[in-house]
This record gives sequence, structure tokens and C-alpha cells, in this order.
Amino acid sequence: MTDSPVQVPGTLLTLRRAGAYHTMTLVAPGVAERFRPGQFVALAVGGEQSSMLLRRCFFVREVKPDYGGTIEIVFSVRGKGTGWLAALRPRDIIDVAGPLGRPFPLPRDPVTCVLLGVAHASAALFPLAAVLRQRDCRPCFLLGGAGSDDVLGARGARRAGDSVAVATRDGSLGSAGQVEDLLPELIETAGADVVYACGPLDTLRTVTRIAAGYGIPAQVAVEEPMACGTGVCMACALPVVGDDGATHMVRTCVEGPVFRGERVRWDDVGTIPFDALGAPRALRLGERP
Amino acid sequence: MSVDLRARLGHAVLPNPIMTAAGCGGAGRELGRFFDVAKLGAFVTPSIAPEPRAGRPAPRLAETPSGVLNSTGLQGPGIDVFLTRDLPWLDQQGARAVVSIAGNSIEDYAEVAARLADAPGVTAVEINTACPNVGDRGLMFAAHPMAAAEVVRAVRAHTRRGVPVLAKLSADVTDVVGVAMACADAGADGLSMINTLHGMVVDTTTLRPRLAGVTGGLSGPAIRPVAVRCVYQVHAALPEVPIVGMGGVRTGLDALELVLAGASAVAVGTANIHDPSASVRILRELETALRERGIARLADAVGLAHKPAGTLIRRIDPNVGVGEPTEQETLQ
Repeated sequence: MTDSPVQVPGTLLTLRRAGAYHTMTLVAPGVAERFRPGQFVALAVGGEQSSMLLRRCFFVREVKPDYGGTIEIVFSVRGKGTGWLAALRPRDIIDVAGPLGRPFPLPRDPVTCVLLGVAHASAALFPLAAVLRQRDCRPCFLLGGAGSDDVLGARGARRAGDSVAVATRDGSLGSAGQVEDLLPELIETAGADVVYACGPLDTLRTVTRIAAGYGIPAQVAVEEPMACGTGVCMACALPVVGDDGATHMVRTCVEGPVFRGERVRWDDVGTIPFDALGAPRALRLGERP
Repeated sequence: MSVDLRARLGHAVLPNPIMTAAGCGGAGRELGRFFDVAKLGAFVTPSIAPEPRAGRPAPRLAETPSGVLNSTGLQGPGIDVFLTRDLPWLDQQGARAVVSIAGNSIEDYAEVAARLADAPGVTAVEINTACPNVGDRGLMFAAHPMAAAEVVRAVRAHTRRGVPVLAKLSADVTDVVGVAMACADAGADGLSMINTLHGMVVDTTTLRPRLAGVTGGLSGPAIRPVAVRCVYQVHAALPEVPIVGMGGVRTGLDALELVLAGASAVAVGTANIHDPSASVRILRELETALRERGIARLADAVGLAHKPAGTLIRRIDPNVGVGEPTEQETLQ
């Protein structure tokens, strides 16, 4: 765990709609100054008497020092909670907890980095690119999505990155196919030293495998659904190999959301691996029930 | 007017009645990032078993109207790690730790209780009786008065005299009073109620159960009236046994409702997920609510709903935000 998060009443500054996404800027003093790339915020939805008790967690795309500190998040309407957020008006108050989670580790040396993001999860990469720039690193973006509407921040990436390549599944923007298909070529041509990625589990699994093939680290931010964001509810447990070599069910919101790709047991996500610490006894190998 | 908020649970006297509910407040450090956990009456730990538990597969949580359905499977570090990592941290903070214990057999509970007996910083032990009993086809201990009493007896025998043992009961039984009486007879110094209610959600998009564990425990404001009913019934039957009330408490008035029904202390559960600083806010709100009603001692409000109207209460005008004490006061 890093610096303590804060819980503040956030004031909605702007809410814009761009393509499939809503971009929300909130004045949230204390959150912006503590924020480090890869961290997220947890918002309460539905107001004080809300019947929706789980928090909605979002990666932060940008922080600014204006008005005592603003944060920008990106979301699409996927249910009642995000629907409520999309209907808010400027000056409305939202309960914000953050910044939460373990941020992206940063390279010590000025190296070349691939920043790969799919759909709205790409948001986490933009503040990372800004920090990498300050450290004289070269961020190269790979952005993907289902269609052109779904690709987040291609224009912003051209400003923030050394290069940008885009892939969409329907071929409406950039090359047709999965964005991770572009990764091997970019690693080779750019001479990448590390891959940062954020997106669905399947993408992160492929990114991890490709990076391992080139012998470079993959730092991935997982989007596993989180319900509190603060570590109390145990909803977001993921099988991850710890420093002790054993598999632990760890909370994405506290021990993550950023993990070293090769530490996550991608094929076992959604299960309790039989050799995980504390797995049901009858299933453990070499032990009589 | 200052309000005396002290709450008594057997031999333990807490500075105030607000606690976290087991498994809803993390191990302490999580909420400790948002407020000082020593400010609470007590901090109740997640249920600790003899061995580490990996819990159940994801998805583990589903949102329901004013509720949360969970099937986390009591994921936890086991007693060894708890004693070296989590309990000392709570002790260092000056928090009063109530350790919730879990097991699948009487021996499991006894083992954890025995290990806790030598550990410093245990204010009370709470028995999670909603665990499946492997000796009884996986039926939870709380389902049967005899099984619940047997666990209580085993834990009481392994716990120091000055440390109260609380039995946490399930409302998923025909007769909660019967189970409560059996636990009290077996030596429980207090009763915690209620545990989550057994529920299920089917996803109408995937056409399958929403939770990997299929069924889960329902918590949150949706179950509060059930909690109030159980506390009321048990307090009526066992007025001398202290009760920790819990189930959907979200505001100070919710906490007061359970106190009036008969709870000596109140635990905050699902509200911590929604609002990490809920418990300290509820404590503030409860104090204000008592002051507004002219109640100088929390203990005077315990079980007040059982007494005839007009007993011990200065009526407040619902239109007045800050309750100035009025002249109309009748003492018992």
C-alpha cells in the first residue's frame, strides 16, 4: 500500500460525451495530488439514500492542479450505476474515494516503453505516458477496440507518445484485428524494454505471453470488477503467484490493479487453483482426504 | 448535554457501541487508511479459521436492491498469520479487537479459541455459527440449538474468564429465540445478530446464477427489518443477555432502531463497502440522535421499544432539527 487515499465529496466540473464514452471531470481535492499512474478512484453512485451499495471503480485519465485538484475519468453506460453518473449535471456532488491501488512501477533509466490499451481501459495509460516522458522514456502507444468509436484517445496519444498504432476488430480504424497482434512487430522495431498494458483479461494474457517471449517485463493493470475499491469486500480476488512462489488469492483493488503479467495465473482466473494457499483440502494433491 | 455512550458486553466495557461487522471491515488496515480504528467501540475481525482459506471462485458479489449478495467463502489467512500480522496491528492502534472465529467442526472452533487465549489484545471472541458443520452433512451450526450450544461450550471452555464470548446467530431458522437460549445456557456472554440471509440471484442475460457459489448471503439495508425483529424477540426472551445488533445499519438512526429493539451495541457491515468512513459517521449520528431525544445514557435506550409509550423519553418535535429538551419527561 502506498500513501493513504482520501474520501472527499467531489464536485462535477464537466461531463462530455465523445463517441461511446462519457468523460467526467471532478474537483476532488487531495485525490489529484496523491495520484500516481495506474491508480483508480471508487465512486458512490445513486446519492446518499442509494439502493446501489457497491462502488464503481474507474481508472484516472488525467489529473490537474486546477481548483485544488481535478481528476478525469472515462466510462460508458453499462448499467444503472453508470447511467446515474451519465445523468449528473455540473456542480452535482459525488462521493470519491481515492487514489486507490498499486501504481505502475516506473523504469529508472530512459527506456522505450510500449503502452497497450483496449477500449476505455486505455485511460490508465495517459497519465503514465506523461510521467514516462518526464523521465526521458519513449512511450509508444498501441490502442485497440471493437470499432473506431471504441478506441479511446487516439488523438491524445499522438501528442503524448512517440508513436501510435491502432487496431480495431471491425477494421474501421487502423488495422483490422486484435491490438495485441501488433505488439511483436512494435517490440522489435522500437526495441522496447517494457510493456505496460490495460484491458480485458484475454488481452493481458496474450500481452504477457508475447512480452515473455522477448524476455521483457509486462506490467498489466487488471480490470477485474471491484465492488468497494478499498479492500474490505473480497470480491476482486485473483490467483497470483507471490514472492514465496505460492499462489495466493489476492485482491485486485489492494495488491493490484497493477501486476507483473507473469505472476497472474491467467488460465485459472475465475477459479480457485487446487494448489492455491488455502484451497479446499480435498482437492490438494498428495494429501489424503 | 454529553451522552454517555459506554456499552457493556459481559466483562467488556466499550467506550461506545459502534463496531464493524465481521468480514465487512477488512483486517483493520483497509479502513484504518480512512479513520482511526481505535475510535470505534470495537473492531470485529473477519472470521478466522485454523488454516488459511482461499475462498470461493469469482464472481463473489452481486448487487441487489438495497443489498449485497456475497459468496466469498470466508477467505482468510488462518490463525497463524492472523496472530503474527493482523492482531498485533489492531493492538498497536489501540483498537479493541473482537475476533470472529470460524470452523467446520467443534474441534476447529476450540483450536482457534485456544490459540487466542494466549494472545494479547483480544477484547472478545465472536463465534460465527453460520459455518457448515461437516459432522452434520454441512448443515450450519446455527441451524440447530444443540449444535450451536456445543460450539459455544467448546469456545467458552478455551477462552479466558474475563473475555466475553459472543455467539453470532443466523435469522435463517424457524425459532431464533430457541437458538439464542441454547447459546446463552451454554455460556455465551452475549449474542450477535443477525448474520446474512441465504439468497440467490439469477442473471437474466447469461441465464445462469450470478454468483460462482450459486447461493450467497444477503446483507445491507434490505435485511434491516429482519434484524430488528430478531433483536426484539431475543431481547424480550433474554433481557439480561447483551446483544450486538447488526443487519443493514447505514445511519445513526438505523443504529438507534436496533438499540431500541434491545441491542447493547451495534455493528456496521455492508455500509463499509459503500462508504469506508460509515462507522465513524454512524457513531456521530447516533450520539446526536440520543442527544436530540434527551437520552443521556445509551444504556437507558437499550430495549426501550419494549416499554410502554412515554417511558423515559423526552419527546422531540419532528420539525425541530436540534432537539432542545422539552419539559415533558416521565421517569419510570
